[in-house]
Amino acid sequence: MNCTESRSRLHAYLDRELDLETSLAVERHLASCADCRAAFETQSALQAGIRRHAHYPAAPAGLAERIRSQLARESGAPAPRSWRLRWPGFAQWLPVGAAAAAAAIVSWTVAVQYAAVPVEEQLAEQVIAGHARSTLGSHLVDVASSDQHTVKPWLSSKLDFSPSAVDLANAGFPLAGGRLDYVGERPVAALVYRYRQHVIDLFVWPQAQRGDAPLKALSSRGYNVLHWREGGMAYWAVSDVNEPELKAFVEAYAAAK
Amino acid sequence: MAQARVMAVMYPIQGKGLEPKSRARRFEEIFAAHLDAAYAFARWLTRDERNAEDVVQEACLRAFKSLDGFHGGNGRAWLLAIVRNTYYTWLKKRRVEALSVSFDEDTMDGGELAALEAPGSAVDALLQQQDARRLVNAALEQLPEEFREVIVLRELEDLSYKEIAAIAGIPLGTVMSRLARGRKLLLQHLRHAQRES
Repeated sequence: MNCTESRSRLHAYLDRELDLETSLAVERHLASCADCRAAFETQSALQAGIRRHAHYPAAPAGLAERIRSQLARESGAPAPRSWRLRWPGFAQWLPVGAAAAAAAIVSWTVAVQYAAVPVEEQLAEQVIAGHARSTLGSHLVDVASSDQHTVKPWLSSKLDFSPSAVDLANAGFPLAGGRLDYVGERPVAALVYRYRQHVIDLFVWPQAQRGDAPLKALSSRGYNVLHWREGGMAYWAVSDVNEPELKAFVEAYAAAK
Repeated sequence: MAQARVMAVMYPIQGKGLEPKSRARRFEEIFAAHLDAAYAFARWLTRDERNAEDVVQEACLRAFKSLDGFHGGNGRAWLLAIVRNTYYTWLKKRRVEALSVSFDEDTMDGGELAALEAPGSAVDALLQQQDARRLVNAALEQLPEEFREVIVLRELEDLSYKEIAAIAGIPLGTVMSRLARGRKLLLQHLRHAQRES
């Protein structure tokens, strides 16, 4: 590969969009050409700078609620009526008319919350099963790397969300990689960490329930599970390490992510 | 040519006429998970917080109405595409001229041109300084929007070229050339701002 060819592929190389063969060819050229290497380093530094410094504002407080209530108002008749039929008990308590649509939202939330308890236990069983399958078999990770810049893009390219894959080696929990798993009838991210000889899986997926939920401990079949919800995501940490160590892991993750 | 990453199918494929409950829950799943991304993208498109809220609100209503047209795939990319379309409609309706400051390459002097080829360490040093945050955000704000949107989708949303092409409705090759040009403009702007300070 010459300089012209390498330059034309520099951005695709930086963005990991090249096939393996071309990527290796660019890599070989960069190793031998100081000018192209400098150009690549400039682009790479710019990319890192944007990712580190650019604003990524969270949606302002109240926007989600405003949208939900506007949706309820505007989506109007057909959908809310069927929702009311589904949970007539709740809708009867509310005045008819403008509130009908709001009732749909309320009953829908209530239904989700009612369902929460058994669902939580089911999910705990599923994450334990996922963890056990991977540690007992040889399929610990789909992408093996302690580099969050490898794990995160890999996972987000396979999923419709982007979990924070931070390395926690400083806290004693080095990142070993990531894996796709299937929990609660959807593909989820499993971040794989090590703690001494143990493996800790952190399952992450976006969830429909609103609001955060504090840390909750469950255990079953010799595995400890810690579960919390934050910022629209559900987190399930599972391992055979003792609960205090698992809690230390969760705290380190929550502080670093 | 770039190899597009394979996207996993995320939601079970469902036909038209979803039941209201599954429809609402399905929308809520995408909405709850990606509202922040939608807002951040709208904020970078409009460069204004209030307008970003208006655009996101309108986009979410559109998204809810067109949920039947979403047959699985990447929920975030789907929502961001709607945010983008809503933004351009909103822009037209308000007849607001995009206030993008264009960079004129012809006026660059030799020093600036040389800066483009500056070693990574020089850019790194620039981005290490105390006001790096301000410099980077100012440079992004001034980027003409066709470049700003691809840079934001690539760097802040970490989307693949294929996903960006789908969101912006442009060919893959255009994604690549706009990224390259956008990055070049950013470097010019950063250098320029540094020389002035």
